[in-house]
Amino acid sequence: MPATFTPRSVVDVDRERKDPGFGGRPPVDRRPTGGGGGDENWDHHRHGRGPRALLTRYRMGIFSALAGDLMFFMALVTAFFFRQSSGHFDGHGAYILDWHRLDIPPILYLNTAILILSSVTMEMARRQLFHEVDVMEEWLGMGRPAARRAAPWLAATVALGIAFLVGQWMAWKDLASQGFFFASNPSSHFFYLITGAHGAHLILGVLALVAALAALSLLHRMELRQIFVDCTAWYWHSMGIFWVFLFSLLVFFQ
Amino acid sequence: MKDLSAVGRTRPSLLRSIFTTDDRAIGIHYLLLSLIAVAAGTLLSLAMRTQLAWPGIRWPLHGPMLPEEYLSLVTMHGTLMVFFVLTTAPQSGFANLVLPQQIGARRMALPWLNALGFWIVALALIVLLSAFLLPAGGPIAGWTNYPPLSAIASAGPGQGGGMDCWLVSIGLFCIGSWFSAINVLVTVLSERARGMTLGRMPLTVWSWFVSSLLILLAFTVLFAALLLLFCDRHFGTAFFIPQGDWISGQVVGHGDGSPLLWLHLFWFFGHPEVYIAILPGMGLASSLFANFSRRPIVGYRMMAGATVLIGLLGFVVWGHHMFVSGMNPYAGTAFALTTMAIAVPSTAEVFSWLGTLWGGGLRRTTPMLFALGFLSLFIAGGVTGPILALPALDQYLHNTFFVVAHFHLIMAMAGAFSIFAGVYYWFPLMTGRLMSERLGRWHFWLSLIAAYGTFFPMHLEGLAGRPRHYAQVTGSTSSLASLLPMERGVTWAAFVLGAAQLLFLVNLLWSARRGALAGDNPWLATTLEWQPTHAPIRVERGPYEYHSGTSDADFTPQWETASQQE
Amino acid sequence: MPHVSTLCEFSLQSSWWMPPNAAAHGVAVDRLMRWDMAAMAACFLLANVLLVWLFLRPRRAPSAPSTWRVELVPLGLLVVLYIVMAVTAEHLWARGRFEGAAPAALHVEVVAQQFQWYFHYPGTDATYGASRPQLVNAALGNPIGLDPADQHGKDDIVASELVLPVNREVDLQLRSLDVIHGFFVPEMRLKQNAVPGATLHVHFTPIREGSYPILCSQVCGSGHARMQARMRVVSPSAYDAWLASRAKRVAQ
Repeated sequence: MPATFTPRSVVDVDRERKDPGFGGRPPVDRRPTGGGGGDENWDHHRHGRGPRALLTRYRMGIFSALAGDLMFFMALVTAFFFRQSSGHFDGHGAYILDWHRLDIPPILYLNTAILILSSVTMEMARRQLFHEVDVMEEWLGMGRPAARRAAPWLAATVALGIAFLVGQWMAWKDLASQGFFFASNPSSHFFYLITGAHGAHLILGVLALVAALAALSLLHRMELRQIFVDCTAWYWHSMGIFWVFLFSLLVFFQ
Repeated sequence: MKDLSAVGRTRPSLLRSIFTTDDRAIGIHYLLLSLIAVAAGTLLSLAMRTQLAWPGIRWPLHGPMLPEEYLSLVTMHGTLMVFFVLTTAPQSGFANLVLPQQIGARRMALPWLNALGFWIVALALIVLLSAFLLPAGGPIAGWTNYPPLSAIASAGPGQGGGMDCWLVSIGLFCIGSWFSAINVLVTVLSERARGMTLGRMPLTVWSWFVSSLLILLAFTVLFAALLLLFCDRHFGTAFFIPQGDWISGQVVGHGDGSPLLWLHLFWFFGHPEVYIAILPGMGLASSLFANFSRRPIVGYRMMAGATVLIGLLGFVVWGHHMFVSGMNPYAGTAFALTTMAIAVPSTAEVFSWLGTLWGGGLRRTTPMLFALGFLSLFIAGGVTGPILALPALDQYLHNTFFVVAHFHLIMAMAGAFSIFAGVYYWFPLMTGRLMSERLGRWHFWLSLIAAYGTFFPMHLEGLAGRPRHYAQVTGSTSSLASLLPMERGVTWAAFVLGAAQLLFLVNLLWSARRGALAGDNPWLATTLEWQPTHAPIRVERGPYEYHSGTSDADFTPQWETASQQE
Repeated sequence: MPHVSTLCEFSLQSSWWMPPNAAAHGVAVDRLMRWDMAAMAACFLLANVLLVWLFLRPRRAPSAPSTWRVELVPLGLLVVLYIVMAVTAEHLWARGRFEGAAPAALHVEVVAQQFQWYFHYPGTDATYGASRPQLVNAALGNPIGLDPADQHGKDDIVASELVLPVNREVDLQLRSLDVIHGFFVPEMRLKQNAVPGATLHVHFTPIREGSYPILCSQVCGSGHARMQARMRVVSPSAYDAWLASRAKRVAQ
């Protein structure tokens, strides 16, 4: 039997399952991260074994994903500036720019405020899950106080997120009623593209929030509940920051 | 019998072993996917070579090959090879197979994301190949797909549905490889075993890490470009289509889009992509040179530094693909200088390899042969790099077969040789058996000679002024007909090159069942993937501690403690 | 071995090098190409001979050569080589591309479309007539869409071959109607893409009379391989005669 088809035998997998993987300690770890030691200082670092190892891993994952995503938006922004300066010569040798400033629907200011507010509620939800006393209690199996406290904040974030998306939709409607569609002119290309791409990210974010809300009651392991909310929170905050940048691009740099 | 029944009981169901999250199985899945893609890509290239050598030859059940069919073969060949072979096999395939073990991790950090990435890439391959089934055939604009040719369906046959297949496929590929890059990055950062410091990571791990970083930052930009092109094609926007663009008797341009924007976005991805394809091969070659000359790699720190530097510089050289594209000539100068700068770390790596070989006594195993072949081809393709980096010379050589020769030698052939080296070297990890050395040697020598025979004459064709993407060099108006004998020679060499790969297939199939049993550490290697299973993982030393080469115990594996050594 | 025999056949039929140069700036390009090719070929041969020697050498105990000797010294030498290559080539590039053509240069507009090159001479008024893509109709004799309402266009000549007087600088203005094309004349050591929506200039001086192929170097669709035209470099008097005969045809 070649080793391929029994990759890492099942026995091995069982052994891994028995290993809790986070040192059997509650997922509050107040030691300064890195333990003050460098790369060589393994005994203090307890690399990959601490109570928050899983959390660190998923945070790293979400942050690398967001770094890639940032490049995606950077590419759109680059295209925005490139396109802004591209024009053509007309029959008389004059350089014509076809870029016309698009008036930003005023509702976007309200939407921006809503999104910033939602980031605040999201952060409140995230903090609840790392509140030390509650986490201890939850870890010991004495109810789910942290999850209970976090749930309303999460629900509020979902509501605000949906409000933002509805607001964006209304902004689109507003522009469409003025006769500006996706294909109308270059600034409307970018307006719809940027709000659309960001909106798609937020739809994913709202789905993740709903899933996190469900995870609070469905997931059995404390640290998985933490991870779910924590990663969603970082994603949500980044989308908020991205939006502020994109919005100021649309407002100030057209 | 008792053992077998035990295995049978614990063996996961077929479905579960296909949709597994086990990284080694996913690695093998990736390698099999690349094998399918490389087989398809090679057949396409042989069809192209046949058409070039005997233009107008009648194909069974088809008749003569039309120019647009030739161009769709070119496009699909390039796309398959660049994305589904040279990116997939060394980066996703070998990394999944080996990386967790090399850093002493139990598994990848995000196994489900990894599995998801694989299935998205597999879907991307199916979508791409399905373009051939469309009545109008595959896309014809080459793998770089410059607009407006790629932006307007009426610009050529295959630019409708075929082009859409290409866009969707590569979009999926971006997402899939983005997922697997996140997984690799997090694994290297957070899953290293105790004692596996950054300075003790094998150079392969350094390469996978840098490549993943490049994928993360480059493929997302490509994704944005694909999105813009898709909007241009279907939603009436004008990002890339210029004012008054006139195609097939109709004015289609209605805004001041700029085709150059696509070129910038595409090559901002495209050049790092080249390093994504070759960096893992460079890392593997370093490991093999150390192992088979039984001495530490010369300048480990410099090698790791050069890998990172190549990755970083790779982001600022994209303009050297655009010297004659209408880009500002001053920008051409700037990009020429950055490109010359990136030649320095690459050259440093070559000298480091030569230095390692210089001081060692070579063991001529098949993986080592392929690693040496990699080095030879890497140099052969590398020396034309500084020539093409100079805009004054590139204004003659750009888009001629000289460029084709350059990137086929340094990326395709060097890349393929490093993949072969990897398969021969790590085959025991997949099957517990060694591949046949005799078949391997035949495979190597035939491939090496045929690779030079195929790609070396292309330099001369390029110098003679033969542009790329020509369906034939003959014809009533052609000035290139005198190149026909050369085309035939190249085609014969390409046939030999293709046929030599059959030996590899035979070797794979035969060795998987009948090959010699490998044991724990067949190559007497120091890195952790060869550690006997179930031993506790604790890393004590650097990756390349080979000592003398006089006896079989001339090395100290990374897992060996000081007391064991005594 | 069919391969070897065809290679020999090739060496008899054709050159191993670029076609003979016919442009003023090509002399320097050719010199640079020769030197750089020779330097790089030497690097290739040296490295590969070393590789073969290392491969064939009997096995022996590894020694530790100093990093300094095997790595940094040759690296330093190559860096010097790269710098020399870059400086000489950039010099040439700057001369050819950083500045436009001299005021006395001959102006011709090159219009590319799938799969044809057209050459648009401004005529006696030295001004190109305006053109609009809506008017493009090759069957009616207006392949580049010249606007009949524009007075400047009355005397313009549109040809399908590029006729140039020898030893006079030419300023080519490249345009494309549809997709990106590549304007490539091997003998002129010249290549520049024609990009739709943009007007790009290149200038050069043909120094040898003859007829040279103009190729398309950027894949532009199914007819890419047959998108060829001729550049005819003739004596000044022959050029004037050609111009006069074309002008007469336009006047009719």
